[in-house]
Amino acid sequence: MSPAALTAMQHGLQSCGVCGLVSRPAAGQEDGRCPRCDEALRFRKPESIHRTWAFLIAAAICYVPANLLPVLTTTTAAGAESDTILQGVVLLWSPTGWPLSLIVLFASIMIPSAKILALGYLLITVQRGSAENNEQRVRLYRMVEFIGRWSMVDVFVDTFTAALVQLQPLMSVEPGPGLFFFAMVVVLTMLAVESFDPRLIWDATSSKEVLHG
Amino acid sequence: MVDEHTPLPPVPSARAVVKKRARVSLVWIIPIVAAVVGAWVAVTRYMSEGPKITIIFSSAEGLEPGKTKIHYKGVDVGTITAIRLSEDHQRVVATAEMAPRTEDFLVEDTQLWVVRPRISGANITGLGTLISGAFIGMRIGSSQEEKREFIALDAPPVVSGDVAGRFFALKTGDLGSLDTGTPIFFRRLQVGQIASYQLSKDGRYFTIEIFVQTPYDQYVTPNTRFWQASGVDMQISAGGLKIETQSVLSILIGGVAFETPANGAVLPPAEPNTLFTLYNTRGEAYEPPPHNPQTYQLIFKESVRGLEPGAPVDLRGIRIGEVTEVRAQFDATNFEFSTPVTISVDPQRLGVKITDLRLGENLETIRRKLIDALVSRGLRAQLRTGNLLTGATFVGLDFFPDAKKAQVQWSQNPPELPTVKGQIEKTEDELSDVIKKLDQMPLKEIGDNLQKSLGDLDETLVTARGTLSNANKIVAPDSVQGQELDNALQEVSRAAQSLRVLADYLERHPDALIRGKTGDAK
Repeated sequence: MSPAALTAMQHGLQSCGVCGLVSRPAAGQEDGRCPRCDEALRFRKPESIHRTWAFLIAAAICYVPANLLPVLTTTTAAGAESDTILQGVVLLWSPTGWPLSLIVLFASIMIPSAKILALGYLLITVQRGSAENNEQRVRLYRMVEFIGRWSMVDVFVDTFTAALVQLQPLMSVEPGPGLFFFAMVVVLTMLAVESFDPRLIWDATSSKEVLHG
Repeated sequence: MVDEHTPLPPVPSARAVVKKRARVSLVWIIPIVAAVVGAWVAVTRYMSEGPKITIIFSSAEGLEPGKTKIHYKGVDVGTITAIRLSEDHQRVVATAEMAPRTEDFLVEDTQLWVVRPRISGANITGLGTLISGAFIGMRIGSSQEEKREFIALDAPPVVSGDVAGRFFALKTGDLGSLDTGTPIFFRRLQVGQIASYQLSKDGRYFTIEIFVQTPYDQYVTPNTRFWQASGVDMQISAGGLKIETQSVLSILIGGVAFETPANGAVLPPAEPNTLFTLYNTRGEAYEPPPHNPQTYQLIFKESVRGLEPGAPVDLRGIRIGEVTEVRAQFDATNFEFSTPVTISVDPQRLGVKITDLRLGENLETIRRKLIDALVSRGLRAQLRTGNLLTGATFVGLDFFPDAKKAQVQWSQNPPELPTVKGQIEKTEDELSDVIKKLDQMPLKEIGDNLQKSLGDLDETLVTARGTLSNANKIVAPDSVQGQELDNALQEVSRAAQSLRVLADYLERHPDALIRGKTGDAK
């Protein structure tokens, strides 16, 4: 289990989120400035759980149209064709192109959904005051934070293709409405990760230990 | 100024209130906006979703779910979304998603078909589909009843709904080279097409649906004649070679032509879907239709080779009917074969019109009387050769006043008309008569006499030769007679000369006749 430790907050001290300096809060008010790096000091990120929930729910809502609406409309002499992300995966799947297909599948479908589920799990456990699996939960958080940006790959690919393949009137590629929602999913999950304060994971543990100890 | 250290009178301290931060974080606007946008997209999607239809094809060749479009006048109005086999594995059931607000397209008589490259006679269509792949063509019906399940046509309809015109029906026993899309000609101008054809339930004739475009449909009146203008209609007649065609196109792929007889009454345009008869040739179309034809039976004892059903029956060269049946019959009582020929005769074409029908008299009995009278005057049927090259024969009716007496056998069904032997048969009879007579001639005696005469002739010729040689001798140049003749002729010549001198002189001196010759007259 995690080693029993006191948190700075329990001692009425604030730790700087940037330089890590622990300082006494300014007299009479909570939000002062770090004497070393001038970063705004707070015991915990303000309304962390609320904000994270808000971003997460918004991301989850956007995830639905992102997968149902076409992300790319290809117009050729044979006619216009709109593909959703999943159709793109199916389209790319071929004996030679399957790695590409897998990349799209992971980056565009599995990672965003995994992020949403992971953050939801973290939020629920924090709200219920769970003290279990703290280390795993922090590892999960770090993973989510690290991997989040890679989901933008799909957005970049699509925008590049749309910009490059403009052979009017023979062929043209245009981004579909699904792409907007997909980008929103990526941005909102990143914001959710950003607004989540991982220190909350430990708060429950320390308060329990304080209570028991 | 207030001194700081002055002890204050007892002042109650303010009650500390724990401030509840109950306000809802602004951050919740984000999921609300997301939800609103998502809902709006969902609603617009739903609104933009058109009706779903099912189309049954006989084959899904060239169709691809998600790619094959439904086009109406080149506008994309739907997409095939799924293709599966029917339960009995005989047909293909395709589901299509239509564009929004296409409900009023999808009515009872809307037609759908697969557009593929198609070469049919005069037209090459659907070449664009070679590149773009097949698509579904559509013709919107005019019905009000909505429909969601369609059976696709096997071939595109010939007439698209936006061309004004009218449909008519033609009835024919033989389709010939006609097909859907075969052109209809009016004065050699293509004015329409064959839309469809259907065999009647009893399999006896075809009903052809034709479409004539506006404004040419007004020339189709109730007495318009239609005929097959396929190929070349060639006739060799006493007037020479006659070739009749419509256009090069119709020679290649066939066609139907129509014309309204110019001499008839001017009638209003025919109602749509009027049924007309399709004649085989223009000539046939212009023949008056048989009116109440009478059937008769002719029994020929001779060969009827060359006589076929459809062969004409004519009276002194005027066609009055045709042969309908030719067969052989065996009479067991006298072991004889005969060939009853059934003919169908239109009495009206003879100009026979029974007008004054008296009361109590049957039309039939009047006709019988008439025919009986004609037969007693010598009306007989005869086999005649129509064409020496092909050996085609026909039945000729004519009057043979010296023919053997005969009567119409009204008891037979059909009634039997008396016949006489055919021309060829007659000629053969006469020829054999001649041969018989020749046979009876005393040829040997004739020969003997001839020989005797020839001997006499020989003698005569010898005498003649002697006479001729004598004559020869007389005219020979060195003979005495010749010399004398020469002298005589010279004398005659001299006499003529003096006569000429005398004539000249007399012309100059006519008085010399009275006064005599004067020496110095010059």
